[in-house]
Amino acid sequence: MTSELLDIADAVVGAALPGEQIEAYVARGSSTEVRVYGGEVEHFVAAASEGIGIRIIAGGRTGFAHAGTLDPVAIREVLAEARENVAFGTPDEWAGLAEPDGVATIEQELWNEELARFATTDKVALALELESLTKGLDSRIRVDDANYVDGGGEAAIVTSTGVRRHGRSNACHVSVSTLADGDGETQTGFGFSVGAHPGEFDLERAAREAVDRATRLLGARKPPSGRTTVIFDPFVTAQLLGVIGSTLNGEAVVKGRSIFADRLGDDIASNAVTLIDDPTDPRAYTATDNDGEGLAARRNVLIGAGRLERFVHSSYSGRRAGVPSTGNGVRGGYAGSPGAGCLALRLEPGVRSRDDLIAGIDDGVLVLSVSGLHSGVNTISGDVSVGASGIVIRNGVLAEPIREFTLATTVQRLLSEVVEVGSDVEWLPMRAAGVSLVVGGVTVSGTS
Amino acid sequence: MIAADVIERVLNTARARGASFAEVYCEDRRNVSVSYDDGRVDQVSNGRDRGAGIRVVRGETTGYAHTADLSEASLLAAAQAAADAAGAGDGGSHTVSLDGREPDRGVRREVATSPLDVTKAARVALLEAANDAARSVSSSIVQVSAGIGDSVKRVLIANTDGVFVTDEVTRVLFRISAVADGDTGMQTGSESLGHTMGWEIYDEVSVVDLARSAADQAVLKLRARPAPSGQMPVVIAKGTGGVLFHEACGHGLEADHVAKGASVYAGRVGELVASPLVTLVDDGTVPGEWGTRSFDDEGHATRRNVLIRDGVLVDYMWDHLRADREGRPVSGNGRREDYTSLPMVRMTNTFVLAGPDDPDDIIASTPNGVYVARLGGGSVNTATGDFVFGMREAYLIENGRITEPLREGNLIGNGPQVLSDIDMLGNDFDMGGPGTCGKDGQGVPVGTGQPTLRVASLTVGGTAA
Repeated sequence: MTSELLDIADAVVGAALPGEQIEAYVARGSSTEVRVYGGEVEHFVAAASEGIGIRIIAGGRTGFAHAGTLDPVAIREVLAEARENVAFGTPDEWAGLAEPDGVATIEQELWNEELARFATTDKVALALELESLTKGLDSRIRVDDANYVDGGGEAAIVTSTGVRRHGRSNACHVSVSTLADGDGETQTGFGFSVGAHPGEFDLERAAREAVDRATRLLGARKPPSGRTTVIFDPFVTAQLLGVIGSTLNGEAVVKGRSIFADRLGDDIASNAVTLIDDPTDPRAYTATDNDGEGLAARRNVLIGAGRLERFVHSSYSGRRAGVPSTGNGVRGGYAGSPGAGCLALRLEPGVRSRDDLIAGIDDGVLVLSVSGLHSGVNTISGDVSVGASGIVIRNGVLAEPIREFTLATTVQRLLSEVVEVGSDVEWLPMRAAGVSLVVGGVTVSGTS
Repeated sequence: MIAADVIERVLNTARARGASFAEVYCEDRRNVSVSYDDGRVDQVSNGRDRGAGIRVVRGETTGYAHTADLSEASLLAAAQAAADAAGAGDGGSHTVSLDGREPDRGVRREVATSPLDVTKAARVALLEAANDAARSVSSSIVQVSAGIGDSVKRVLIANTDGVFVTDEVTRVLFRISAVADGDTGMQTGSESLGHTMGWEIYDEVSVVDLARSAADQAVLKLRARPAPSGQMPVVIAKGTGGVLFHEACGHGLEADHVAKGASVYAGRVGELVASPLVTLVDDGTVPGEWGTRSFDDEGHATRRNVLIRDGVLVDYMWDHLRADREGRPVSGNGRREDYTSLPMVRMTNTFVLAGPDDPDDIIASTPNGVYVARLGGGSVNTATGDFVFGMREAYLIENGRITEPLREGNLIGNGPQVLSDIDMLGNDFDMGGPGTCGKDGQGVPVGTGQPTLRVASLTVGGTAA
């Protein structure tokens, strides 16, 4: 296994002094973003970036430095700064880099040659086609923007503890944002499509979804307050899984910041809930061979039929909790050092379609979108309060649209009040897959 | 960073294919951050990021390319890529000349102590003091994390309209959060401090006080009860509620949203869009504030812009692209996260000027409602005007008095409605903590501020009936 990036990482790690552990993460990537508006290219961004992050641990102390360049002089500076920073750390008996754990890598096909060769003019054409398709579906629709985005890159990670990985990946998606004009009001929607290469896009579906999301909310009013059953749209479920996943983060657990810290083996959710983090599933947008520390990515059941089975651990949090890493080191790029986190969450699907689930709800709300997850969710206290829009369900049938209300519950109650998971898994460009989810006991706050 | 003759050649290459506008944005940023968690220095980290972004506008299309390599060859390649991205042109010849000019320099607040001259040991000492202070507040404080960071960023911006500026921006940031554990579970409290100035801020503001405040919040919330649900009067303490205006109308006054008809404020200049009590200003020149800069990221001097005066919409905020299309001046609101990002219309420091009312009277004249002592972040859909923002520290108001603390939750409202529902405005004022405003995937530092105020009716998103 050779590559220029591996060579750079090898050279850095080779400079380890006695008593030092060194990790070098080297990455290089490029991306394009095409945005069209009104039948013209609004902007076209061609981006290229590269950089290195170096982590050094000595005597239990950790130092880190990064640079957004692979210039040899800069790399020497980064190494010197990371080493200097070690001196200011506090010794931590659990500090240490990942060590090879013998778990076999499940190789993923993360690089698509067809995408790598896809011509610029075709990228523009796709975005224009999506815009035109979307407008053509409904006379009430304006398109705010239509986008084609792709990115690809390679990365190498080498540690003095024996980790040595190199890989490359690319990905693409198209998206469209819509405005629907009604009687003195405007509502918004979005749609997107992802694929290993542009040939896998379903533009019709993206356009239809963007139109439906906006037009369905025309005429929406603020609903009365009360407690009700809700069914979350798959996209919303995926956002909520991200919140739930952060409460199962091993780093939060070992530092006393998880509401579920002492609950391993307990029933923390209804038995309809089986939550899995599986970056080895090739259908996941964030599928990967290895985690941010270079260990093999793996399938972990976090909640099995309502029972808390496992937290996700990096090598640090695992060592501190007295368990092996679960292959969940997460790295945001070369500018940061890895922490623990979920890589590709999904709920085990149920058997009924979304329509069947709705038909089974006498009085409830189909929640199409939520907002304010960052301001209204506290994963340490468990409080959840989000803005929402959606459609009232009455006697199993979708009724009038509603907006400008909040949904409030707690993470604990949300999990224990899951009534049913739908069969409609959607693979979204996020760290979690979507699926329809029915939850009881949610407080709607609206008028009065 | 780059010699003037190199800039000329780069701009000429960028414009060679018939572009109407070309720009070079170059930055060199150094940062140091120290994170403290779980009773120990977690990590000391250094970063160095530099690069240049080349923008080319041709007709309706903007092309953008960037490079981390500041050599002339690499800059010329990026210029060519940006020109290609903007589309094939007629090859018309344009020559840019800087005529040996010296760049305009930012008139900035004197940085008394550059973070570059501060030892890492001094950073660690501040964090240790803060940690100790937070933990000494109460035995129920079970966890504390804190961070201190600073950056010194040099920028150079030149364009084919004759802009040629350099600036140096120094920012300091401190944050702390505490976790308290009690019979009702865990609660959190946090404080942050961010300024566009040097290390001297720590002579003026005590991180120990911030730490105690964060710990106090967490402890207080252990006895918080669920927030109510439904519509009621909401009083927001001075300083903390600027985010309300940032979300309720600030984003909707950004000219890019307006131009696409994706704002509830489009076409409403000259109309009453808020309570006559409200005068809203966006001002990138306020000394030392988090959203302050000498120049925006397109090289235009920042300004004080009155957006709403006595409730009447005066103007939107503008960047180069939108102002050029409307044939009007920019307002100094073209900003970007870094050299990899296209600039767009963004706020700087956005605040409401003080009003007539005594803050105590505002509470006393509210029979029942919610008092928000501290707001969190928020978000808005500019096309519908619906926005949410979080309350991090809030209390019930009963019979004109502040009583029980409440658990966290979001508030939701509709921008134009909430602006007209502001029925009392305090004669006090304060700027709030540092914010990071996200738009289209880019984060930029922004400041907010406001006097104590009352909204006659807002929807509180709690779980209590």
